[in-house]
Amino acid sequence: MADPMRIRVAARDGMVNVRVLMSHEMETGQRKDGAGNLVPAHYIRNVTATHQGKTVLSAQWGPAVAKNPFLEFSFKGGQKGDKVVVTWEDNKGEKRSDEATIN
Amino acid sequence: MKPPSISTLLAASGAAAALFAAAQVHPQSAVDEIAKYRQQLQDGNPAELWEARGEGLWKQKRGPKNASLEQCNLGKGPGVVKGAYAELPRHFADADRVMDLETRLVHCMVTIQGMKPEDATKRTFGSGSNRSDIEALTAWITSESKGVVMNVALRHAKEKEAYKLGEKIFYFRGGPHDFACATCHGESGKRIRLQDLPNLTEKAGAQLGYTTWPAYRVSQGELRTFQWRLYDCFRQQRFPELIFGSEASIALTAFLARNANGAAFNAPAIKR
Repeated sequence: MADPMRIRVAARDGMVNVRVLMSHEMETGQRKDGAGNLVPAHYIRNVTATHQGKTVLSAQWGPAVAKNPFLEFSFKGGQKGDKVVVTWEDNKGEKRSDEATIN
Repeated sequence: MKPPSISTLLAASGAAAALFAAAQVHPQSAVDEIAKYRQQLQDGNPAELWEARGEGLWKQKRGPKNASLEQCNLGKGPGVVKGAYAELPRHFADADRVMDLETRLVHCMVTIQGMKPEDATKRTFGSGSNRSDIEALTAWITSESKGVVMNVALRHAKEKEAYKLGEKIFYFRGGPHDFACATCHGESGKRIRLQDLPNLTEKAGAQLGYTTWPAYRVSQGELRTFQWRLYDCFRQQRFPELIFGSEASIALTAFLARNANGAAFNAPAIKR
């Protein structure tokens, strides 16, 4: 089971600022290990963020994104106390979903 | 095609001259650029992921005795974590030796959780999915000293002895390259490739160096502790391997930590 994300959500000047830190290897599939064998690719493919059930961000990622990715974005229309849910899914079908409250 | 007019050429060279002048006015050194890079990464430092895991490990019941580390005494009483790192290394009466944080954690894993010493130190430095519990615990415990002023007291005779030994190691030249720590860290303005090396013989450099470890190394994708920092410095010097938790490693840590006294602790940091 993947480690939880660190999500911070803050209302700023009428916008909601979301900062997410994800724990993931983001292995490209191009590297070789000590024995010369390819290290299999393992990276996040889809990232979705929802606010009150409505999608506010949907992203398709690839192996070029760094290990332990950090994502920051803003959206309009959130209120203090609302919940923001962030979900990622990787190329092995692993999933992780975490939520945070706007403050 | 019509050749470009004199005025166009002049305008073009004028623009080039203006650009050149701008570059002259704002010299952008690699140092500034690296500082900017660190600043941009500071928000969202993946060290937080290690901190979160470390906090969990501290509170989780583990080992043959099925106990948490919450009764571990880091020097400020059992279970007191806040500000503990700013006073380490120190002498612990129960073990009658000077210990740094990592050594103390191993001691607690053995005495409180009942682990075998070789199990507790099996993975001192993590790599990818082979994660190190010690690195995670260190990340969390040091984060609880963020902003606390460094205060390594050197009251006990053994603490003073460790400091003296650490100082000696710092200036000791040896190995195939006839290197000492001081070869790279004894003069201001030295660097390794593009990385500035702090001058650890001066107050400011000693403070900057010590208070920014542990750190998340972007190039490794790992959080590294001060034990690792020393281990890797020894490797780069072509010294014999510095053994984790050895007297030499603790003595050197005591020397460097004490010299950072008076500065606010500012780690886990992020480094390239």
